[in-house]
Amino acid sequence: MLNPLFWYQAIALAFSQIWANKSRAFLTALGIIVGVASTTSVIAALTGLKSKVLTQFESVGASKVFIFPNRPDDKPRNLYPWEKVRLKIEEARALRDECESIRAITPITEVGLEVEAGDRKIEGLSVTGIWPDWHEIQNRSVTSGRPFTNIDESNERQVCLVNDDAIKELHLPTDAVGQFINLGGRRFLIVGVIETVQSRFFGLNTSSAEIFIPFSVAEKFQPRDYFLRIEALLKSPELADEGTAEMRWILRKARGIPAGDTESFQVEAIDRFIQQFKTLAAGITAIAGGIVGISLLVGGIGIMNIMLVSVSERTREIGLRKAVGATPNAILLQFLLEAITLCLVGGFVGLACGRLIAYGLTKIPDAQLDEANIPLWAVVLAFAFSAGTGLIFGMFPAIKAARLDPIEALRHE
Amino acid sequence: MRLIEVRDLQKVYRVGVETIRALNGVDLRIERNDFIAIMGSSGSGKSTLMNMLGCLDRPTSGTYLLNGKDVSHMGAAELARVRNEEIGFVFQSFELLPRQTALENVELPLVYAKGGWRDRRPRALAALALVGLSDRVHHRPNQLSGGQRQRVAIARAILNRPSILLADEPTGNLDSATTVEILAIFRKLHDDGQTIIIVTHEDEVAAHCDRVVRLRDGKVISDLPILEDSAGRHRGGSGAKGSLEHGALGAC
Ligand SMILES: Nc1ncnc2c1ncn2[C@@H]1O[C@H](COP(=O)(O)OP(=O)(O)O)[C@@H](O)[C@H]1O
Ligand SMILES: [Mg+2]
Repeated sequence: MLNPLFWYQAIALAFSQIWANKSRAFLTALGIIVGVASTTSVIAALTGLKSKVLTQFESVGASKVFIFPNRPDDKPRNLYPWEKVRLKIEEARALRDECESIRAITPITEVGLEVEAGDRKIEGLSVTGIWPDWHEIQNRSVTSGRPFTNIDESNERQVCLVNDDAIKELHLPTDAVGQFINLGGRRFLIVGVIETVQSRFFGLNTSSAEIFIPFSVAEKFQPRDYFLRIEALLKSPELADEGTAEMRWILRKARGIPAGDTESFQVEAIDRFIQQFKTLAAGITAIAGGIVGISLLVGGIGIMNIMLVSVSERTREIGLRKAVGATPNAILLQFLLEAITLCLVGGFVGLACGRLIAYGLTKIPDAQLDEANIPLWAVVLAFAFSAGTGLIFGMFPAIKAARLDPIEALRHE
Repeated sequence: MRLIEVRDLQKVYRVGVETIRALNGVDLRIERNDFIAIMGSSGSGKSTLMNMLGCLDRPTSGTYLLNGKDVSHMGAAELARVRNEEIGFVFQSFELLPRQTALENVELPLVYAKGGWRDRRPRALAALALVGLSDRVHHRPNQLSGGQRQRVAIARAILNRPSILLADEPTGNLDSATTVEILAIFRKLHDDGQTIIIVTHEDEVAAHCDRVVRLRDGKVISDLPILEDSAGRHRGGSGAKGSLEHGALGAC
């Protein structure tokens, strides 16, 4: 019905209208600019953080499960003494022997020992006791020598694994396999060397010198009621719910917790953490969306106001256009296009500002935001929301223009 | 078929308790290629009749047949189409879009036309040539004199080759020399076959036309041809011939 010339001139007119009233258009679109800029930069930051955190989680392993003691908060403390709450090695064994959904499991305990190598002596170095499955669970194999075996564990052999940092700190030869070191006054044979992992998690450097010994050996250094935690690997990440349920059932049975009673331990799959994080990120994104909604509402009212001003300023022009044959629909469309164009230009400027802010975020040292960027869906959404704002808030002024009586309009001063 | 046939046209305005009969039973017949002046004192209903003939407004009662089509009951969109295809307006205050060039102003009716937008450039240039403005094509209205502006407006009005050219006090804002120029353009368009209706209160303007319709209190009080001798002005032969025919019609 409307010819291409109409569309061309309507859009050209919309831009020339903005150009002719630059500062007014800028002030009007400010609400939209600020709204789009703030929302897209928040989304950019979240996106960057999310991909960072998720890759870190995934490097840990999505099918990993952590088990640790947990005294219920809602129960009197004396009902749950530490010796009852703490995890026991028998429980780790029960899980290993009975749980169908796990592939690997290890108890982990740390003991502070005096370490001696030749004339080097370090007080109170943390030595970790582990089962051989630890290699698979942590995805850390030896770079030379051999990993731990079940024989080391069952025969309580005085063997140890060291990492590169430990070799450096203890001034051991680079190939330390076959060397002896003293741990807590006993002689241990270094059977393997493991890599130092740069496990930077939110800026915290968690590992430097590490020494590992069989769990059964570590246990002998520990006092009564020592602390141990358990890490396990599920056969697949999809088993997160099923597997944790099974483990809880086994632990409840081992502790004799009746059905309905609060558990004195906690079983958490990494997958659950990932889900929780994703839920959190989605929540924040939704809040950011809400902010854009409000700011667009505010911006939209400004748009409506300026469009009403424009309609009244151009009443004679509208009258003339009607006299030469513009239908009410053509006038309506023309003013809607103007409102939408103004909003889209505002959205574009806002997006450019958001992009700039996102770039600024990536340059903040140690903020973990170096992957911050505005995803395509947010760009599309920003434009869609802007256009929608123009459409909704431009409608009333456009209808007003379309309904103007041509004679009245031409008589307007 | 007559170009325009108006029967018992009434337009009533209500302002508060008062009723104003702006048009009070107007009958009018207009043939193709007529050149008519509508005259009357201020408030006699000239502009109201003009708006009605130009399909800008609908009558309270009565019928208006344009090219045999009854336009008195059409909706706003239909009327807009009729205005686009059949009517060309020339206003006292020109009504040009200030930020657009003469050419763009002339092209405006094609923005809302069904077809013809493809060859808008040659058509607009031809219309501007017809009013003698080929050398001002890219000027904006504020770079043109009053007479030149009105010529742009005339070029815009004739662009869609309308059935009727309606001019409401087209020379009201112009000096007498420029008035003569503008009237010469109307005369030329008329000689090319254009039907023209001019609303004016100036006798000198009316004298350039072939037929004068006088209004008083919303009624036609006289509808007479202007004869060559009585007008005392030089005319083209065809115009004089036409006026005689119209005179006969006006009498019946
Ligand atoms: N929109 C309107 N509302 C009320 N009265 C009007 C309106 N338009 C015109 N009139 C009245 O109708 C009469 C004719 O007006 P108009 O056609 O403009 O006269 P003219 O153009 O001959 O001076 C006048 O009395 C005028 O006051
Ligand atoms: Mg008037």
